[in-house]
Amino acid sequence: MSRMTLLALQLLVAVVGIIMWQFFASVPVFGRILLPPFFFSNPIDVAAQIIKWFSTGVIWKHLWITLWESLLAFAIGSLGGVMVGFWFARQPRVAAVFDPYVKMVNALPRVVLAPIFTLWLGLGIWSKVALGVTLVFFIVFFNVYQGVKEVSRTVLDNGRMLGMSEGQLMRHVYWPSALSWMFSSLHTSVGFAVVGAVVGEYLGSAAGLGYLIQQAEGIFDVAGVFAGMFVLSAFVILIDMGVTLVERRLLVWRPTATEERG
Amino acid sequence: MAMPTAVALDDTTVAFRVADGRLYTAVEKAHLSVAQGEFVAIVGPTGCGKSTLLNVAAGLLKPASGSVKVFDQPLEGLNREAGYLFQADALFPWKTALDNVAIGLEVKGTPRAEALKRAQDWLASVGLGAFAGRYPHMLSGGQRKRVALAQVLIRDPKILLMDEPFGPLDAQTRQVMGNLLLELWSADRKAVLFVTHDLEEAIALADRVVIMSAGPSSHIIGNWQVGLPRPRDIFEVRLDRDFHALHREIWGVLKAEVMKSYAHGSPSAEAI
Repeated sequence: MSRMTLLALQLLVAVVGIIMWQFFASVPVFGRILLPPFFFSNPIDVAAQIIKWFSTGVIWKHLWITLWESLLAFAIGSLGGVMVGFWFARQPRVAAVFDPYVKMVNALPRVVLAPIFTLWLGLGIWSKVALGVTLVFFIVFFNVYQGVKEVSRTVLDNGRMLGMSEGQLMRHVYWPSALSWMFSSLHTSVGFAVVGAVVGEYLGSAAGLGYLIQQAEGIFDVAGVFAGMFVLSAFVILIDMGVTLVERRLLVWRPTATEERG
Repeated sequence: MAMPTAVALDDTTVAFRVADGRLYTAVEKAHLSVAQGEFVAIVGPTGCGKSTLLNVAAGLLKPASGSVKVFDQPLEGLNREAGYLFQADALFPWKTALDNVAIGLEVKGTPRAEALKRAQDWLASVGLGAFAGRYPHMLSGGQRKRVALAQVLIRDPKILLMDEPFGPLDAQTRQVMGNLLLELWSADRKAVLFVTHDLEEAIALADRVVIMSAGPSSHIIGNWQVGLPRPRDIFEVRLDRDFHALHREIWGVLKAEVMKSYAHGSPSAEAI
């Protein structure tokens, strides 16, 4: 299938979906409207809402807040994950002592922490960042831990025989290996940073995409909820494309960098 | 030979603690010395601990008893005089061929620009001048071995330890690599300890062939000088009458050990 045909078919799916949505929301079938506008709105209203947000410019502030929260959550969570992952992998005794607690915290559905963070950090961005950090941290932590643990014995011995000191092994062997594992989970961890931000906003905030959706829901403005969801998915897809670009640059040395991600 | 001894294993015994807690003796009371400039090949059946012996010479493994001397100094920790060519892929997958070769110098503190320049020269001398920017996964098995060879040789080690380095390659590539190795080696005649299970390869390359018995508790059971003239061409030398005579003689001893190792079904010490 050529690129153009594929694109055309993909577009067709969207068009058919939207037409059907519009049709069943406005034309009665056997005397009933299958998608009552009160619950399902319709594409025209949703589009109008999105256009209104962008034309008046209110959306930019919310997008910016969500983006900023996601970035902070990702940066802080990754940094913490890399450092602790490295530390645990190089100090098996420390890892063994903390193991049950790491498992316990990781088993906890992170959403229940949101109220605590709101209490501790207030309604501003930091409670959302904190929620995102708890999600990102564990993904990065587990990957870096694996990455350092699973450095090939031969490659390590080779480094030693080439005369590398501990520090040089760190820089030339452990670090690249750990980073490659971290980058292989980049899509997941960036995604979770956004999830943390949006869920946090949804549960209590004064700005952001989650807030927008929550506000619309509060006044039964279904068009607003759907509009918020569309903007949110477009936002995540854009971020994901950015991640793919970064990944291609950083993982050129890996044979299956592009095939491996799910 | 009046040459000084590069590596000497004296009465060296190596043992491992295996999974069920028993002690597995891989190599028992091995005496082995490699003179400076000498090319020694160790041949033995699978699992006879020949790689183990090499790891002891490299300082990657500590012997249970016996001594290891490098240029008459007892070996402490890793053997800093030695370069090691591994059987498995040991290149850094995240570095290009050029960076993989240059790293040996950078580790020693050579400025990066100079290291890269000399690495480029080395890549050219192993026939990969045009592949500097490739990552290991973009190279064939034989090309990766060439890079690995350059990576080791750029540091100019006095001793070269090689663990079935051409084992995973196909027959033709092995011969080409053998010739390349001899060509590079003849330039400055390092002491070489070359482990292989291929007797033909051993005779074609080495000055002396050492045969090990089947494991466990394998020991060295024979030493043969290879009198074939140098420089040798591996393709040609195999047709030589003396080559065949020597091969028949050594194989007579080796065959019994190979049969024994199959009969035992002994746990492979090389897997540890």
